Amino acid sequence: MTALVIAEHNNAELNAATLNAVAAASAIGGDVDVLVAGAACQAVADAAAQVAGVRKVLLADAAHYANALAENLAPLVVSLAEPYEHLLAAATTTGKNVMPRVAALLDSAQISDIIGVESNDTFVRPIYAGNVIATVKSADAKKVITVRTTAFDPAAASGGSGAVESVAVADAAGLSEFVGEELTKSDRPELTAADIIVSGGRGVGSSENFAIIEALADKLGAAVGASRAAVDAGYVPNDYQVGQTGKVVAPTLYIAVGISGAIQHLAGMKDSKVIVAINKDEEAPIFGVADYGLVGDLFKEVPAMVEALDK
Amino acid sequence: MKILVAVKRAIDYNVKARPKADGSAVDLANVKMSMNPFDEIAVEEAIRIQEAGTASETVAVSIGPKQCQETLRTAMAMGVDRGILVETDEDVQPLAVAKLLKAVVDKEQPELVILGKQAIDDDSNQTGQMLAALLGWAQGTFAAGVELADGSLTVRREIDGGIQTLKLKMPAVVTADLRLNEPRYVKLPNIMKAKKKPLDTLAPADLGVDVAPRLSVLKVAEPPARQGGIKVPDVAALVDKLRNEAKVI
Repeated sequence: MTALVIAEHNNAELNAATLNAVAAASAIGGDVDVLVAGAACQAVADAAAQVAGVRKVLLADAAHYANALAENLAPLVVSLAEPYEHLLAAATTTGKNVMPRVAALLDSAQISDIIGVESNDTFVRPIYAGNVIATVKSADAKKVITVRTTAFDPAAASGGSGAVESVAVADAAGLSEFVGEELTKSDRPELTAADIIVSGGRGVGSSENFAIIEALADKLGAAVGASRAAVDAGYVPNDYQVGQTGKVVAPTLYIAVGISGAIQHLAGMKDSKVIVAINKDEEAPIFGVADYGLVGDLFKEVPAMVEALDK
Repeated sequence: MKILVAVKRAIDYNVKARPKADGSAVDLANVKMSMNPFDEIAVEEAIRIQEAGTASETVAVSIGPKQCQETLRTAMAMGVDRGILVETDEDVQPLAVAKLLKAVVDKEQPELVILGKQAIDDDSNQTGQMLAALLGWAQGTFAAGVELADGSLTVRREIDGGIQTLKLKMPAVVTADLRLNEPRYVKLPNIMKAKKKPLDTLAPADLGVDVAPRLSVLKVAEPPARQGGIKVPDVAALVDKLRNEAKVI
């Protein structure tokens, strides 16, 4: 029994989410190989070979893999799938884009966003915004899986000694081309990897007011997140969104400011270790999941908290 | 150009789902059902493309029990020209849905298929990608903007790091993310008009698709509940708790 993990990377560095996917693959119990498909991405393959538990790295290096276009990547994965019983990727936007395409080509029903491994064919996954946890058994010979990264402690990035093996590249599909990317630049920690997150919601009121959230985040060395309402209102970019269909996070400390706590937001953060809510509405559902709730005006309380942290 | 848009009848987004007492399935008895919110965005986008004069016809398709007729009527009240119901009481999983949609695409020959990126019940986020794979078409998932020009489709996609722009060859599959548009409210006269629009019903067998589930649900359960917390009187108390009780800062 062998699993193939599709690595996520930017052709220079391995994305940390891959380590969680390797951990999930290891939990299934067989050997774990990693596919690094990209352009001029030898360094990524070398890094993947160092990951604890990795037997071998398959390197597919071609210009048309540079941007992980699903139309190009899926046929490659399918061409390599023969010896593998499990094909896994992190449930990032890249994994979510590519893996169902792989699954359909293999005539396999994908198991999305797993949070637990029961056996080689049975997995645990959240449904209905995480309000229900389902245990599902796959009848397919090849299991195509995406992994909720917060549910699996990452495999160690070093200590492994996998071999790197180049594999034949598949042709470009010629269906799609990469035009460009506008990536949010920030010196703060990445949302999905941060120990502490300070999130703002509709209550913050404007893009300018988000400076209050950012000041607290910077004081704590935290990442900045947001509810859907804040993103829809244009206060912050889409990649700040925490929730059912945005990013799922589980930091040590999550501070929700001016967020009422809709089901969809709770789905993205309720596995945080400690939750703090600051909201002027004492009836807000967010207080139902908060370890520490502070009822008050965020424009007064958040700056006061920044000050208190100096003491 | 014809646009096909797929709509799913799902639990209303304001309702909190619970498992049945015996853990066999989710309890959907007497639960409010609506069109999956992402599919509403997909419908809106199809209609806007038609209103802009780029599409000549919009067709909605839904797969599921008889009550999906209501979902299709909602799509038609929003502005879609006609509906197709693939009626089945089976638990139709994303791969089977994709196969049924492919069969409908083969019949209807649209140049663009728009779906919601994810249904808020099973949270699979698979169907659009699978449909694109089965058709051998390009896919523009998690779309925040689409623009058709010179036979290709430029799609702005919401990705983890920000926004990515791709250019897709037509025909193509697009899955709608939250910021693609804001769906219109349905007006009463349009609800009346929608009742007169054509709605065809097919069975999965008519389309030659085996919809037997590949994933069997062994059990469903509630997630572990969080312990109730406390209210703190002021910021000083909050910082003290975080430092000395929770020890997280």
